[in-house]
Amino acid sequence: MASDNKNEIRLQVRSLGKVFGEGDLAVTALKDVNLEIRESEFVMIVGPSGCGKTTLINIIGGLETQTSGEVLLDGRPISGAGADRGMVFQGYSLFPWLTVQKNVEFGLKMKNIPSSERAAAARRYISLVGLDGFENALPKMLSGGMKQRVAIARTLANEPEILLMDEPFGALDAQTRVVMQELLAKIRTETNTTILFITHDIDEAVLLGDRVYVMSRRPGSVRDVLDVNLPGVRSHNSLVLPEFLEIKKKIMDMLWQESNDAAMGR
Amino acid sequence: MKKEAVSAVNTGKKKKIVEGVQYKLLSLLCFVLIIGFWCVASYGHLVQEVFLPSPTAVISKLFAMAADGSLWAHCKASIARVMIGWIWSVIVALPMGMLMANSKRFSAFVQPIIEFARYLPVVALVPLTLLYLGIEESQKYTIIFLGTFFQLVLMVVDTVSNVDVNMINAAKTLGAKRFQIYKEVIFPAALPGLIDDFRLTIGWAWTYLVVAEMVAASNGLGFMILRSQRYLATDTIFAGLIMIGLIGLVTDWIFRIINRIAAPWQERLGDSK
Repeated sequence: MASDNKNEIRLQVRSLGKVFGEGDLAVTALKDVNLEIRESEFVMIVGPSGCGKTTLINIIGGLETQTSGEVLLDGRPISGAGADRGMVFQGYSLFPWLTVQKNVEFGLKMKNIPSSERAAAARRYISLVGLDGFENALPKMLSGGMKQRVAIARTLANEPEILLMDEPFGALDAQTRVVMQELLAKIRTETNTTILFITHDIDEAVLLGDRVYVMSRRPGSVRDVLDVNLPGVRSHNSLVLPEFLEIKKKIMDMLWQESNDAAMGR
Repeated sequence: MKKEAVSAVNTGKKKKIVEGVQYKLLSLLCFVLIIGFWCVASYGHLVQEVFLPSPTAVISKLFAMAADGSLWAHCKASIARVMIGWIWSVIVALPMGMLMANSKRFSAFVQPIIEFARYLPVVALVPLTLLYLGIEESQKYTIIFLGTFFQLVLMVVDTVSNVDVNMINAAKTLGAKRFQIYKEVIFPAALPGLIDDFRLTIGWAWTYLVVAEMVAASNGLGFMILRSQRYLATDTIFAGLIMIGLIGLVTDWIFRIINRIAAPWQERLGDSK
């Protein structure tokens, strides 16, 4: 259960490995990945494409199984997907036959929560993501950014122990992306949700994260961890702070090294 | 909304209506052309009356049969057979196909036999059905069931397998259990595709109806057509064909309406954003 202790570790990934296929065709996607996320922490994982980021978050979400190692949530090994680890995907995964309201209610309906209670909860989260007035709209009427707002509200309404986000803004245009990043930073401050967020966008990683895990290229493992301490509220203005640029530079160098090694065949 | 916006929407609507009318006229034109050729061939005495009855002969035949009630009796018998045979095939194929699409074990168990059975010509099964079931109505239902079931179950598997895995994953991480995923995600997501599958198979059911009514039937449109062959009553044959075609048109139209009611959320080509 959630604790007031800010330093309590909520999610722990221990020497996680994943191999696809067998024999000569075996591909090692993840190798000895270790990471931990504390209560109310916003943790980013940034890495070159193909480094197994999505595989990693899918294993944590329970959608795929690891070949070795373990994932612990509050000290207990996870088994399969569950409402305790809410996920937001890059692709729009809304249910197109349900209105915004019903989409956000979905998880609560699965838990058999009475309809008046879940309607109220859904309205609260729809309002949190700034979609008041769109309760009865169908997903096909919404823009990409609005669809992701619904997806975020739908996951938060379920009150997960941890929110897993797999490049949720990857398909959005640059302007919408910044708006969504600011929205997420705001939501995070308001709800204190523990978040694990995956991206290949360095700006996004530094802008949002309390801590950034940098992954190596395939086979993916953790190359480095950086703490991000930016003064003030995280917003588009943070993108030009010297502290921001300093950390960005560090990560860029690391990722450059990774691609350089790859290009040189090392 | 602003006034210009409203008028823009209105002109958009008007344009759509005009286009709709155009398409309807084109559809009608095709029928008119065919009937035109028919008239020329028949009233121009290009084809003998015994091979090609005149439109007036067919129409008067239809009216005569409608008046003495025999037309409706035949239609009723055939529609009942098609519906019952087809509904049974839907009732069995739908859950079976959904299970097959989601369980590799179950699929491994039944798929080979279904693919084997799918290639058996239904006509070749008629003697066995007569032997087992006699000349009862159940024999007719069985023929239509056999003709449609094996195709439908594979179509259901295909449609259900095409449900976006993202949606299923989202449901899982929202805490949906296996049965809830079937009921709340897979079924509604697949519904428009399933309705299309049903629409196609009911068309095939009409093909197998004629097979079913070929032997040991005493009514039905297929029976009416086959009997007329014996008396060279081509006008009755044409009347029967026209009735089957019309019933087909109406069925398709009904399915289209059902699809629109059941899945108004679909994004269709030509929908304005």
